[in-house]
Amino acid sequence: MALLEVQGLRTYFKTQEGTLKAVDGIDFMLEKGQAMGLAGESGCGKTTAALSIMKLLPANGYIAGGRINFMGQDMAKVTGDKLRAIRWRDISIIFQGAMNALNPVKRVGEQITEPIILHEKVDEAVAMKRAKELFEMVGINPNRIREYPHEFSGGMRQRVMIAMALACKPRLVIADEPTTALDVMIQAQIISLLKNLQKELDLAMIVISHDLSVLAETCEQLSIMYAGKIVERASSAEVFEDPQQPYTKGLIAAFPNIHGKKIMPASIAGNPPNLIRAPLGCRFAERCFMAKEVCLKEEPKLVEVKPGHWAACHFVPPLRG
Amino acid sequence: MVKDILVVKDLQVWFPMRTGFIQSLVSKEQRWVKAVDGVSFNIKDREIFCLVGESGCGKTTTGKAILRLVEPTGGKVKYYGEGKNTLMKEMLEDAVSKGKVTKEQAAKMMAEGGLDVRALQKGRMKRLRQKMQIIFQDPYESLNPKQSIYDIIAEPLVVNGIGANEAEREKRVVKALDDAGLRPPKDFMWRYPHEVSGGQRQRVGIAGALVLQPEFLVADEPVSMLDVSIRSEILKLMLDLREQKGLAFLFITHDLGVAYVFSDRIGIMYLGKIVELGPTEEVVKQPKHPYTKALISVVPTPDPEMRRDKIILKGERPDPANIPPGCRFHPRCPFVMDICRKEAPKAVFVSEGHWVSCHLETGTPAEPPPEEKKA
Repeated sequence: MALLEVQGLRTYFKTQEGTLKAVDGIDFMLEKGQAMGLAGESGCGKTTAALSIMKLLPANGYIAGGRINFMGQDMAKVTGDKLRAIRWRDISIIFQGAMNALNPVKRVGEQITEPIILHEKVDEAVAMKRAKELFEMVGINPNRIREYPHEFSGGMRQRVMIAMALACKPRLVIADEPTTALDVMIQAQIISLLKNLQKELDLAMIVISHDLSVLAETCEQLSIMYAGKIVERASSAEVFEDPQQPYTKGLIAAFPNIHGKKIMPASIAGNPPNLIRAPLGCRFAERCFMAKEVCLKEEPKLVEVKPGHWAACHFVPPLRG
Repeated sequence: MVKDILVVKDLQVWFPMRTGFIQSLVSKEQRWVKAVDGVSFNIKDREIFCLVGESGCGKTTTGKAILRLVEPTGGKVKYYGEGKNTLMKEMLEDAVSKGKVTKEQAAKMMAEGGLDVRALQKGRMKRLRQKMQIIFQDPYESLNPKQSIYDIIAEPLVVNGIGANEAEREKRVVKALDDAGLRPPKDFMWRYPHEVSGGQRQRVGIAGALVLQPEFLVADEPVSMLDVSIRSEILKLMLDLREQKGLAFLFITHDLGVAYVFSDRIGIMYLGKIVELGPTEEVVKQPKHPYTKALISVVPTPDPEMRRDKIILKGERPDPANIPPGCRFHPRCPFVMDICRKEAPKAVFVSEGHWVSCHLETGTPAEPPPEEKKA
């Protein structure tokens, strides 16, 4: 059985202008020890999807439908103490912007030991010992355990965040834009750290980023999201070698490739649709160079187009058989 | 030969460090954060010159120091754009009337020399800034949320007393919006920043710079906050502005990928100094400095076949308040030799217009050699 199985997840927000359908029916599966990337532009619902799994939605957000099957329980329905028991022990999250995600008036050691003491009912000394081991694991000198967040640089703070996420030996770690605010060199350090930890600890990981190249380097599987839907899903290598959906093609073409020719990458003109009044047909139709009448009327389904490769586009023929 | 629009020589921006009371008793010595420590480059007419480096390397401070948004503590900034003429004429007339220079000398300086930006008084600096503008990184924070787009763009005109009446100013605002690709301008003018998308906000920032009809723009990470899918639109807009208006750019970024596709020449900065400078394609395809090589190797790439050996430097950049002796890159350099710990390397040309400061490279000394100039 898969570690995590998301089926038809819909997460909506109540706003003054109406219901905003941030995530509108997505499916994916994650096996133990597998890393999946979730890519898309800002506002496509990738972070909302991840927060739904953790049930960390803001007050006006709610799960409107679907199932989130995590280790045999439907996370969409779990609440209260039961939910608290799972959060951080079994699923943890590395937040975007390590600068703001740590409590500035608490020593980092305390912040790491807190969930350990809470979840594992051990005393402080044991938890502190674990915290030091975690520091070692993520490449920080354990002697720095009593320092405050402001004493760490950006990259080091991100390492503290990673240590914190690993504190209770979770099965699943969600990393929300783990390297976005960091310099290239530090980004490379964090990417290689995440990759090593994932292998060593046999972690399942969902990495969220708008940067396809970061995802390609950390994840075997990639899902591309657009306007609340998954529009393409395949192995990272497949997505780059043979993208099927026009949006995915556009995203890949938008990347400046430092190893290639010196040419200005193409951009995708226009903006994503307003998800309060989502268009009837394909949500990408308005920006798509291939769009025909059918795209405006009928929504394409996510179908298997090659073995293990799924795409949602009227012009990509489904796999026969 | 293409004319320079800007020449920067040995630019220095040192910030004094605050010392505690006890420390001031122990030592009288003033310590400095050397954010920019001897940076030299030139930008040609219609050129896009790019400064690349990690955060804290001094690239933004360099950009601001050129416009004197922070005061440089040393070095020269000379401006050669058309905008210098009236200012320079005034200054030279002043000097002649005070008997500091002769008329002949003044005429010669007018014809050949650049405008010494650091020597300008406040009022004249303000006038020069109409010709040298800056675009800021964060389109979410650099626009006043309580002002309409019209007011944001008209403000520089009001401040500088340009445009006789509202109608004239409106004409210029409409033109600037149109030039920045916010079309039709009348649709955008009365909106507020929160009512437009991130890419459009950055266009508003660009329009705000264009309204004064500048010749030279400092663009400080103008696309790093934007989604990849719209980045190249903004970059293309800047290329168009160069074509149509003959603008030159100092483009500041930490993203080598963007620098590669967008710029003509590139300078790699490390800890307050440029360590390698040359034509973009050459620097990226044939990097010489170990730091440049490392930076290029870690740019994430979607193509698994291109994922060659990465040179991941250990640790983080050292502190500009405490610059290592010798080559400032030596504590992180994979090829460090004995000499690197003792002696700062001199800049040498490795090919036409491509110089590097590294003990591993030999060649003719580059002019200007940043180290020697100071002695």
